[in-house]
Amino acid sequence: MSSTALRQPIEPAPRAQPTPALDIENLDVVYRTRGRDMQVLRGISFSIAPGESYGLVGESGCGKSTAALAALSALPRNGFVRGGSVRVAGQTLASLDATALRRLRAEQISMVYQDAGRALNPSLTIFRQMAEVFELLAQPADRAADLRALCTTMLNRVQISSPDRVLDAYPHQLSGGMLQRVIIAMALAKEPSLLVLDEPTTALDATVEAEVLDLVATLRREFSTAILFISHNIGVIERMCDRVGVLYAGSLVETGPTAQLLRRPMHPYTMRLLRCLPTPGRSKATARLDTIKGFLPPPGAIIPGCVFADRCDLADTICHTTPPPEHTIATHASRCHHWQRATEQPLTATETPIPTANHSHDIVLRGTNISKTFQIGTRSLHAVTDVSFSLREGETLGIVGESGSGKTTLARLLLGLLNPDPGSIIELAGQPAAGHAAARSQDQQKALQIVFQNPDSALNRSHTVRHLIGRALARLAGLSGATRTARLTELIHAVRLTDRHLGMRPRQLSGGLKQRVAIARAFAGNPKIVICDEPTSALDVSVQAAILNLLADLQARENTSYVFISHDLGVVRYLSDRIAVLYLGRIMEIGPAEAVFEGPHHPYTEALLSSIPTPFNESNTTQTTRIRLHGDIPSALNPPTGCVFHTRCPRKLGPICETTEPAPETINDHTIACHIPRNQLGKRP
Amino acid sequence: MRARLIPMLAQRLGLALVTLLLLSMVVFAGAQLLPGNVGRAILGPLADPVAVAALNHKLGTDLPVPEQYWIWISHFVTGNMGISYTYRTPVAPFVIAALLNSLKLAAVAFVIVVPLSIAGGVYAAMHARTWIDKTISIAGLSMTVIPEFVSSIILILILGIWLRWLPITATAPRHADVLDQIDHLILPALPLVFILFGYIARMARAGTIDALDADYTRTATLKGLPPGVVIRRHVLRNALLPTITVVATQVGYLVGGLVIVETLFRYQGIGSLILTAARAKDFPMLEGGILTIGIVYVLVTMLADIALVMLNPRLRDGGR
Amino acid sequence: MSEAALPVLIEPTAKPNERLRAALTAPMFVIGATILTIWIACAILGPSLVPYNPYADDLMNTLAPPSAAHWFGTDQIGRDIFSRVVVGARSILSVAPLATLLGTLVGTTLGLITGYFGGIIDTAISRLIEVLLALPLIIVALLALVALGPSNTTVIIVIGLIFAPLIARTVRAAVLTERELDYVAAAQLRGESSLHIMFVEILPNVMGPILVETTVRLGYAIFTVASLSFLGFGIQPPSADWGLAISENYELITGGYWWTVTFDAVAIASLVVAVNLIADGIQGAIE
Repeated sequence: MSSTALRQPIEPAPRAQPTPALDIENLDVVYRTRGRDMQVLRGISFSIAPGESYGLVGESGCGKSTAALAALSALPRNGFVRGGSVRVAGQTLASLDATALRRLRAEQISMVYQDAGRALNPSLTIFRQMAEVFELLAQPADRAADLRALCTTMLNRVQISSPDRVLDAYPHQLSGGMLQRVIIAMALAKEPSLLVLDEPTTALDATVEAEVLDLVATLRREFSTAILFISHNIGVIERMCDRVGVLYAGSLVETGPTAQLLRRPMHPYTMRLLRCLPTPGRSKATARLDTIKGFLPPPGAIIPGCVFADRCDLADTICHTTPPPEHTIATHASRCHHWQRATEQPLTATETPIPTANHSHDIVLRGTNISKTFQIGTRSLHAVTDVSFSLREGETLGIVGESGSGKTTLARLLLGLLNPDPGSIIELAGQPAAGHAAARSQDQQKALQIVFQNPDSALNRSHTVRHLIGRALARLAGLSGATRTARLTELIHAVRLTDRHLGMRPRQLSGGLKQRVAIARAFAGNPKIVICDEPTSALDVSVQAAILNLLADLQARENTSYVFISHDLGVVRYLSDRIAVLYLGRIMEIGPAEAVFEGPHHPYTEALLSSIPTPFNESNTTQTTRIRLHGDIPSALNPPTGCVFHTRCPRKLGPICETTEPAPETINDHTIACHIPRNQLGKRP
Repeated sequence: MRARLIPMLAQRLGLALVTLLLLSMVVFAGAQLLPGNVGRAILGPLADPVAVAALNHKLGTDLPVPEQYWIWISHFVTGNMGISYTYRTPVAPFVIAALLNSLKLAAVAFVIVVPLSIAGGVYAAMHARTWIDKTISIAGLSMTVIPEFVSSIILILILGIWLRWLPITATAPRHADVLDQIDHLILPALPLVFILFGYIARMARAGTIDALDADYTRTATLKGLPPGVVIRRHVLRNALLPTITVVATQVGYLVGGLVIVETLFRYQGIGSLILTAARAKDFPMLEGGILTIGIVYVLVTMLADIALVMLNPRLRDGGR
Repeated sequence: MSEAALPVLIEPTAKPNERLRAALTAPMFVIGATILTIWIACAILGPSLVPYNPYADDLMNTLAPPSAAHWFGTDQIGRDIFSRVVVGARSILSVAPLATLLGTLVGTTLGLITGYFGGIIDTAISRLIEVLLALPLIIVALLALVALGPSNTTVIIVIGLIFAPLIARTVRAAVLTERELDYVAAAQLRGESSLHIMFVEILPNVMGPILVETTVRLGYAIFTVASLSFLGFGIQPPSADWGLAISENYELITGGYWWTVTFDAVAIASLVVAVNLIADGIQGAIE
């Protein structure tokens, strides 16, 4: 900051207040594709005071990243600023020549983006890449030893304990969390006046994300850097930002202090977005999730009135014809004609709970000691180890785990897409099922179907919706002719698609609609069990809500059992009756959903619960209740001895954890594998 | 990191040996088994069966196939490629002399084409989608796909006969100095340059465009580095690594091209040696020539592979 | 919340039809298609179009330079070169496409099988391809044609079979990517046969790369057939073939008889460039 203070701003500050770190005024950005200009930012204005943290939140395609790149004058080659201005530390970007812009980048602004692995040059060491930042500073440290010392200091500040090893490493030798720390260190090394963070933790696991977010929050105070924080995750924004702006279709529809905006939104879009979230306390048994009707307008759409009018229940004539002016109460502003009524809008979903499925005591799927070892060269990777569970008719078993927990491998084992290790037992309706799907009886094949994470991969792009579902009906339900057509129509309507969609191919459908086709296909043969492998993780929250509602409805109607796999505890909580927590291929804890959430918890579950940034989560505000895990998830190639969690466990007892694998202990149908006595385990406060 | 380097090298070497072994079998099968009765093939359909049998016995072609192969390959590895049917003298000296001549020609072609095509590809990438890029790309594509004998004819007519810039014979007069020899090799090398230019330029362009669009390049730009440093340190380093492999695999095409160019220019290289042997059904000469080309190719690709691994830290760690 | 990488450069998902139309009207594609159409017309209608019998010698009128009577001049035995160039399109445009077709059919099947099943067959074939790649294509063809004896049929078979593993390699790479996609797992889960999965599920999705590969290979086939003819192992005399004509006459150019080879050379060059411009256009439309 000292260098900033000495430099004279090129333009005088507009007000008597200190020069904002970032000041965006009426910014219009277009992308030119095939000779057509498409507007992606529509006159957005906001400014960030020195040291302030400002969040931009919105669903995919709303222009968040474009705003970030515009703030650094780094739009893609086909992106152009068509109007308005961007000022960084008082300097108007458009007026800078190449040298001045380079100097501004070298000394004043930094950016961190989502994929740390790609943001670093794969063929240079970390040291070489970090040193560049120092070499460009006003007083360059010209001796190698000085540079090295500077880099080491910086890595220490981002809590990297072995800076020498990291400095000599190439990016591919470090984990994602470590790389993101390195990037943050590089970004802060110049002590910038503005740091732009574009989805910085989106690619990280929950426990690692929590650690990185804490780090950013700490460093922000240390460096008194202004932050522009971009995220699709409202929980993360709430934790990190003083003020927030909500972007929708390239327009900043609402801005204000974070807590106030999220608790008392003044724009119908914000209101709806918050209601879509499966926040704690919501479950399929209590209430349907709210959804937003219709679709985001395509980029470049010409919108005469309010950008949200087509999807808004409050919209009337004026909304479709006149862009809404900004209505401001103190520092909270909304661009809505009916801002006073924003919170009054009717819910699209009724508060009536979804009728519960008829839980019987019939066990439809049972796994006993399921293990899977992959041979990688001469080494063994234990992806899944001794997993046992049972699933009753009409019930949802949620499976939660971070990357490397083996949750997807488990799904593929159950389906028979992978052969389990000898000794593993999978039983369908009491009958043992062969390891490979092709060796299972036709009834068993029919009984178990899946909804994959990514519908682009799961749906054959050469086939029409009619063929995709029709083929499944022919194979799994044995239908043909008119009965098949009738059942096809019925299925399509059950997943809220229309006959119009039958002739379309996947690429003509949005992500949410594609996932509906995949769900319809999974249900074609009236399966007893559907495995849902992260079915909503590629979708925006409003679309996610609709899919979760649909899954809950189908379950209630067909009495289907689900194995629901997700890394998102909120989503799992919404749909699950029972929850299993996986870590490094082992079940740490399994039991009724309430018991897993209320405790007593396995220490890992406890950490996981407190790491999830959920809006209105008490643990966001009360520092003391947060439990943080340190370090990265160990490799399944070389799992820790004893309890696999002992390397990161905040409540490790002692040598026993390192030597002896804890035996699972079951009390009231709630199983925990931990050496700590049950009555001393953590509970929800 | 270092520790994994040795096994990696051993693995590459082992693979190369396996490839060569299989290659020798393919060549042997092609040259010795496909023609059927070798004696008949040499003496013609009207020859006396007794003479044919006698010749077969003399050549060893009446022995069981594995035994023939074993005799051939065990001699080959000691440098004994057999006796030429045509010249009745050992094959090896012919093959080695021809190989040296061919390497001279190939070297001239490489020296011209490698810098030119990489520069062309990188330049096109940095001006992607402009008319310069399109011109380089279309010209490169056209030059690459025209057979050597066609471009040779056109080049001889223009550069050799009309403009008289270059000598149209490849072999310099006896006692010519090195520069003169090179001068004679330029015209025959140009058709090869044409073929290679498009391939290498295309790869270099694609690699550069990928690197230019990569996140790490944006990181470098946003650090405030001058454009020259961004290009040299961050873009080219990553862009040109894959080009090394392409340059090496072009050795195969290059030698194929030599057959044509050497024939057309009457140059005593390995290509014209193979063609002459093929026309004369001189099978030991044919086998020796072809297997030698294969060895050169396998060696060059292996060296390129190793160079790539040494230069690329990610591959150096054993991942692939 | 592993939201897919955020699109930085917003490219509206152009409808494939729109993209195809753009590719088919690109100037370079149009030029390529026009030249190819002309040569195809020559190949089909050639004999009825030309002013002279392309095989009739005229010993009174040998090596005549281009004139109003003989537009492209005459060759060593007085045959009209214009007629021979026009008719010459026929041999190369029948041998090369047939070889390509053979290579594509065999290669696609091989690529689907090796890519989908993997395992030992895959390893064996991959190794064989690597061995084959160690030798220049033209030398392998030469070796096989010496053994089998050159004729149009053997040229088609030899080039087709040499191309097959190369095409298989491209198809295999595409299949390997497709095999990992979940729709294949979904098909396995509804009990589809391997044959169904390979040909109904996967094949339509790899048609793009196959189409590009086929066009590119057609260019190579023309290149190779012409080169083999030049070496005397391809199309045999007295066919009016371009490569053959150059091989018969190229020694005359030092004597100033440039017309005996120039027109054939331009014919070959224009044909291969045309095919490759088309391939390039298709590739641009697909990727």
